[in-house]
Amino acid sequence: MQEFLQYFFSGITNGAIYAVIAIGFSMLYNSTELINFAHGEFVMLGSMCMITFVGAMHLPLVPAIALSIACVTAAGLIFERLAIRTVKNPEHIVLIIITVGASIFLRGVGMIIWGKDAFSIPPFSSHPPLDIGGARLLAQSLWIIVIFLLIAVGLQVFYKKTLTGKAMEANAISKRAAWIVGIPSRLMVTLAFGLSAAMGGVAGVIIAPVTMCSYDMGTMIGLKGFCAAMLGGLGSLWGALIGGFLLGILEAFGVGFVSSGLKDATAFLLLLFILYVRPGGIISAVDVKRF
Amino acid sequence: MTITTKRTAIWIITLVFACLLIASPALSETAKAPYKIGGIFAVTGPSSMLGDPEKKSMELAIEQINAAGGIDGHLLEAVIYDTEGDPSKAVMGASKLISKDNVMAIIGPSLTPTTLAVMPMVQKAQIPFISCAAGNKIVQPIDPWVFKTAQSDISAVAAIYDTLKAKNIKKISIITVANAFGESGKEQLEAQAAAYGLTIASAETFGATDTDMTAQLTKIRQDKPEAIVCWGTNPGPAVLAKNIQQLGLNIPLYQSHGVASPKFIELAGSAADGVMLPTGKILVTDLLPDTDPQKKALAAYAADYKKKFDTPVSGFGGYAYDAVNILAGAMKGADGDKEKIRAGIENTKNHVGISGVFNFSPTDHNGLGQDAFVMVKIVNGKWELLK
Amino acid sequence: MRLMTRTRIVYALFAAVIAVSGWAINSPYYLQILTFIGINTLLALGLNMLMGYAGQISLGHGAFYGIGAYGTAILTVHWHLSPWLALPVTIFAVILVAFIVGIPTLKLSGYYLGMGTLGFGMIVNILFREWSSVTGGASGFVGIPSLELGPISFASAKNYFYLVWGFVILSFIVCHRIIHSRVGRALRAIHDGEKAAAAVGVDTSRLKLQVFVLSAVFSALAGFLYAHMVFFISPESFSFIASIRIVTMVVIGGMASVWGSLLGASVLTLLPEWLHAFSEFEMVVYGLILMLIMIFLPKGLTRGLLDMYERAGKKNDR
Repeated sequence: MQEFLQYFFSGITNGAIYAVIAIGFSMLYNSTELINFAHGEFVMLGSMCMITFVGAMHLPLVPAIALSIACVTAAGLIFERLAIRTVKNPEHIVLIIITVGASIFLRGVGMIIWGKDAFSIPPFSSHPPLDIGGARLLAQSLWIIVIFLLIAVGLQVFYKKTLTGKAMEANAISKRAAWIVGIPSRLMVTLAFGLSAAMGGVAGVIIAPVTMCSYDMGTMIGLKGFCAAMLGGLGSLWGALIGGFLLGILEAFGVGFVSSGLKDATAFLLLLFILYVRPGGIISAVDVKRF
Repeated sequence: MTITTKRTAIWIITLVFACLLIASPALSETAKAPYKIGGIFAVTGPSSMLGDPEKKSMELAIEQINAAGGIDGHLLEAVIYDTEGDPSKAVMGASKLISKDNVMAIIGPSLTPTTLAVMPMVQKAQIPFISCAAGNKIVQPIDPWVFKTAQSDISAVAAIYDTLKAKNIKKISIITVANAFGESGKEQLEAQAAAYGLTIASAETFGATDTDMTAQLTKIRQDKPEAIVCWGTNPGPAVLAKNIQQLGLNIPLYQSHGVASPKFIELAGSAADGVMLPTGKILVTDLLPDTDPQKKALAAYAADYKKKFDTPVSGFGGYAYDAVNILAGAMKGADGDKEKIRAGIENTKNHVGISGVFNFSPTDHNGLGQDAFVMVKIVNGKWELLK
Repeated sequence: MRLMTRTRIVYALFAAVIAVSGWAINSPYYLQILTFIGINTLLALGLNMLMGYAGQISLGHGAFYGIGAYGTAILTVHWHLSPWLALPVTIFAVILVAFIVGIPTLKLSGYYLGMGTLGFGMIVNILFREWSSVTGGASGFVGIPSLELGPISFASAKNYFYLVWGFVILSFIVCHRIIHSRVGRALRAIHDGEKAAAAVGVDTSRLKLQVFVLSAVFSALAGFLYAHMVFFISPESFSFIASIRIVTMVVIGGMASVWGSLLGASVLTLLPEWLHAFSEFEMVVYGLILMLIMIFLPKGLTRGLLDMYERAGKKNDR
């Protein structure tokens, strides 16, 4: 029983990380139908900013978090303005390559600014790990889960209740129709990028204490977060949650009952499985679209 | 379509001519007075904690040799390329060194896969080659031109197993990184276990960038091992140490020499206490008795490195430092003859280096034994000699 | 369909350039770079047929590259087959895999297809790494033999250069023939509008599958040539990054352009060599160049530079 519970806790620890990254992907796709391959790098930026503000500059926690998120959001906005908006007649394939180029660029920038070493920061609260039924759960994992839920609820409220949020959703459903009723589509896209980057920054901030942060941490974690997003349903917030946790838990149980060597394969096997069986994801929020 | 084809054809011809232009210097002979030594290291990329200090150490060694007058009056010149840990780039780099730069010998690469990728080329070009990588496959089977300075995994495992045997431990679990270094360690751990009376209850793996191994540890815990041996390079093993602390496992943890650096203690924090590992002596220079043959050389290297690069020294850099010095020793009197240099390296005896005291021979192209390692334990965030 | 005379002249010219270069260049280093360009051209060409002409994206072609390389490595070293026999066996295996993967995956479209191929690529890469008894695992596969044909040994840089570029020219001709046939027109119809193509009677799913398999074959051929050139392979060379690199070659060179594959392969092979001077900034510059080319020349270098040339010409007429 203890083992089962421990696998479960390992699963939800990683699952929360994947979910919080998946939200950024889903959110952006929801508003712009774009997949940002550089999202993992935004997460990396969030983590590395925390390393600098907390680790090197010894700022207190809350201002450091705020600053980090601000930095990453700024980076996202600059990226949108320079790299996305300037493209005339954007085909999806072109935008994908641009985001791939951006991910390489950001990784290079990260390497120059922070070097090649790995870093770590202490967890948000100094609670010892919780002991539940013989299995241990880190306090930071609870922070991640709680913050994630807050974000999810917050985004839900934003989209459904505020005017800006509704405008963004309208823009995603039909740019033309939204434009006719006076919604500035350019602004909506910029906003979507900013928000998605902010999500990435938040993800980076809350996972910094539990992961080893280095300039190349974004690639694998971004891919897995993306698999989680697809698993749950691209474009759906609750899909990101379900996808992330499902992936984390299945990974942990996979290690426990099958083999640790195939841990990485779990994410991609699930991806293939969901694509063949139900491409929209568990919560099919959007129709399967063509290029 | 025809116009486009013509134009594109012009592009191609221009491209090829451009290549020819670049190539033309290559068509002429080059033979100059300074002795060129090539270096290929993983300066950037995931293994940069190996390649970067190695590049710096090579530069330091060459600077010191040149300050003392060079080799028989010839100054040494380093030509160093970055492999990024990628075998294809390593091949291109080695190719450049051999055909374009016409180097006399090659130092590096930093990793086993990149070394193996470059070896066929080096063997064909018949050029002295001293690798800084750990894998045993590099010198087994022995090729006359291929040497290595990094301590072998065989000795590292033997050092750990000696300690385990002395503590009367019989059942262990191992957990290794899913890359060449981890694989080589796993191979040795499994091969030597029986000789020390050990049974391996479980063998788990983790990815180099994984951030959580609690699942693997939960699995290991079920087997109730008396010790856990972890084989990898930072940051994974640090995460493992933290996870062990987090789960409240009371099982002693042994690491490999891959984490023999202050970085491990920095990353693992309080979880590092109690961890034991084999390490090259450079890590604990101050703790060595004055009678230790390497102490003077280690202290000098550490001081010089810190002075020139303003960062603390690392054991990995030592591999390149040793390689250059051993090569320089063999180059004396050889007058640039590659076969003489090769024979010189092969007959190097009692070279007091950073990684150990080297004794090469036609049947031993690594030159190090188990005495290159000392076992240490981390106590209160500091290294302490074990035993 | 016979090749048009003009095209024949172009290909003959190209072959002549290859022959002269091979004869004139003696430095193994330069020959090796050019050979790498040739192998990358094969990769780009295969994917270009799929992406440029049929309009399907694949983010996992590194896997086919790897299957080609590991296939021949295993067959020649473990099973002691002659490499020339290993080649058709490997190609056949790849065709099989491409069929099995292609049938369910090509039913998807857009991003989903890209993700499906991505997942496939990652799983194959993990397989290379974990199945160490067969593939040598993360430590790689050593001891791949060099190629020989009777008295000719292809272990020399010069002979291998000719071998690879010979294959490249052949592949160019094959692709050219496909493009300028009924099949090629059908492919372009699918690219421009799949539903419309189906409406006029094009068997879209069968054609997409065939192009997918063809592109896999080109990648596997490239893998074969790579393995017998460097004699050592490891999983890193066939990773997600490798797949992205192939896509980049196609997109930068210019989609739906046979010569674009050559250009894209050349640029992407030479770029890291040119960027050596930047050392620490190499990644930054690489990413920047990628983004800039895509932003300003989204149709790829071939079309983009030609457009610039033509626009400049028009300005002069004014």
